[in-house]
Amino acid sequence: MVEKTAPAIELINVSRRFLSPTGKSLTAIRDFTMTVERGEFVAVVGPTGCGKSTTLNLVTGLASPSAGEVRVMGAPVKGIDPRIGFVFQTDALFPWRTVIENVMAGPLFRGKPKAEAQASARDWLARVGLARFEQHYPHQLSGGMRKRVALAQTFINGPEILLMDEPFSALDVQTRVLMHEELLRLWSEAKASVVFVTHDLEEAIALADKVYVLTAGPATVKSVYTIELPRPRVVADIRYDQSFIDYSRTIWADLKEEVETSYARAAA
Amino acid sequence: MTDATINISTATFKPGTSDAEIEAAAAKAAVNRRRTVLFWRLGILIVFLGSWELAGRMGWIDPFFYAMPSTIAGRLYEWMTEGTSEGPLWYHLFVTMEESVLGFVTGSVAGIIIGVALGRNRMAADIFSIYIKLINSIPRVVLAPIFIMILGLGLASKVALAFVMVFFVVFHNAFQGVREADRAMIANARILGASDWQLTRSVIVPSAMSWIFASLHVSFGFAIIGAIVGEFVGSRYGIGLLINIAKGSFDAAGMYAAIVIVMVVALGAEYLMTLAENRLAKWRPQPLHETQ
Ligand SMILES: Nc1ncnc2c1ncn2[C@@H]1O[C@H](COP(=O)(O)OP(=O)(O)OP(=O)(O)O)[C@@H](O)[C@H]1O
Ligand SMILES: [Mg+2]
Repeated sequence: MVEKTAPAIELINVSRRFLSPTGKSLTAIRDFTMTVERGEFVAVVGPTGCGKSTTLNLVTGLASPSAGEVRVMGAPVKGIDPRIGFVFQTDALFPWRTVIENVMAGPLFRGKPKAEAQASARDWLARVGLARFEQHYPHQLSGGMRKRVALAQTFINGPEILLMDEPFSALDVQTRVLMHEELLRLWSEAKASVVFVTHDLEEAIALADKVYVLTAGPATVKSVYTIELPRPRVVADIRYDQSFIDYSRTIWADLKEEVETSYARAAA
Repeated sequence: MTDATINISTATFKPGTSDAEIEAAAAKAAVNRRRTVLFWRLGILIVFLGSWELAGRMGWIDPFFYAMPSTIAGRLYEWMTEGTSEGPLWYHLFVTMEESVLGFVTGSVAGIIIGVALGRNRMAADIFSIYIKLINSIPRVVLAPIFIMILGLGLASKVALAFVMVFFVVFHNAFQGVREADRAMIANARILGASDWQLTRSVIVPSAMSWIFASLHVSFGFAIIGAIVGEFVGSRYGIGLLINIAKGSFDAAGMYAAIVIVMVVALGAEYLMTLAENRLAKWRPQPLHETQ
């Protein structure tokens, strides 16, 4: 019973310090508290370098906190959790594998038989509209197509928690809107809990149930906004909605202060 | 041979030119380019050999030391048809190749395995790096008499010498290749569920492969050098022995003939290596001049 109701992700007073090569310590996040419910779509915005990627790494288990506690599905994080999927900001496909071999990687690593992995990879490639590109290599695809391969590669493992670190920031505006639609569709089918890091406030509002605004580094949660726009949302049109514009204005006023502090600090 | 010339096509076409015409023009340009390359390659060779021959015949250089292309060709012909004073040429060539190939294969396999292992293990790398630097600083040639003393005049000493020639080059590149493997790619594989061994096998090694191949290209040549130096210092068969005997009898043509044989073999090996690499690396973007 307790297991069922436990939130997908809990960060409780988490801090993370890095030691620089000279031995000085740098605090990347401090007293960070955040809860992501099951099936919830959370967006995180904050000034550059404030500690967003660091926060996601703590959830994956690739890094551990210096203080505080990180819990996933009600249990403390120990090592890499197979229920977590991660979409990277940079290209992280394997360039020596074809598209289908890239998508099959997860199931094969997890010991699924080859035929099963292949069938399921075909299915996912069809869902992201790349059935015809199975045998291509990543360098033969456009940036948007590569991102779709990355989505299929992550979704094929059926993650219950999906972490995305500025996944679409390298794409042009039109492709990005298409990817938003695709992501929302996949998310509503998969019922995963999502943490979506971005520096684009409009992207955050259009996609998420909740938007977390972080302070300039070391990051803590400055404020949380609940976005009550109806679903299903049409990302291409929603930005003209009056309530969308109101959300943008309010949250931007909040975020702007942090961005300015961050710039002032970098310049000093 | 691949040449890295980047040939940006500057041809401009009138509006309304069909794709077929553009493709035909591109194909023609490619053929022309290949012809030009071949022409100059052959031209340079002919001029070089011609002036050598001429200088020898006119007495500008002393054929006793420098030989002449015609006497070298004569000696090669004689070796091929009648054999050398030490037995058939083919047998000597076979012995040298056997030593080089064995040294190359064992040296590169060991170099890859140890390079990857140390590349993956920081602590081991820190401990062993000093010894590897120490051993690497020994000039390989002084190892020849040592190996021959320990391992005898036969195959083993030459293989050992070819091995040390190859090992350090391949090791160094494999190690570096592992260290340069993309961090995001590694994190991605681990989150997708790769165990340590799967990570090494299907992410680290493939991503280090272009580094490793770069070293394999040069190291077959090094393996031949190792084998020949070993034979030169002490052996009963091999191309190195032929050079040694030719030196002893002041037979300049014989020395150059042996060098020509080594050059041809090394060129052939380099060609095979390029073929193998192209097959393995079909995932890489084509070089610019091949896509036009
Ligand atoms: N491995 C590391 N060693 C030392 N310092 C680090 C390390 N990783 C991150 N940092 C520092 O921690 C802070 C936060 O980094 P992080 O990558 O989390 O920022 P971010 O919010 O993701 O930035 P961006 O929006 O630019 O991606 C930065 O000041 C960075 O210099
Ligand atoms: Mg980041």
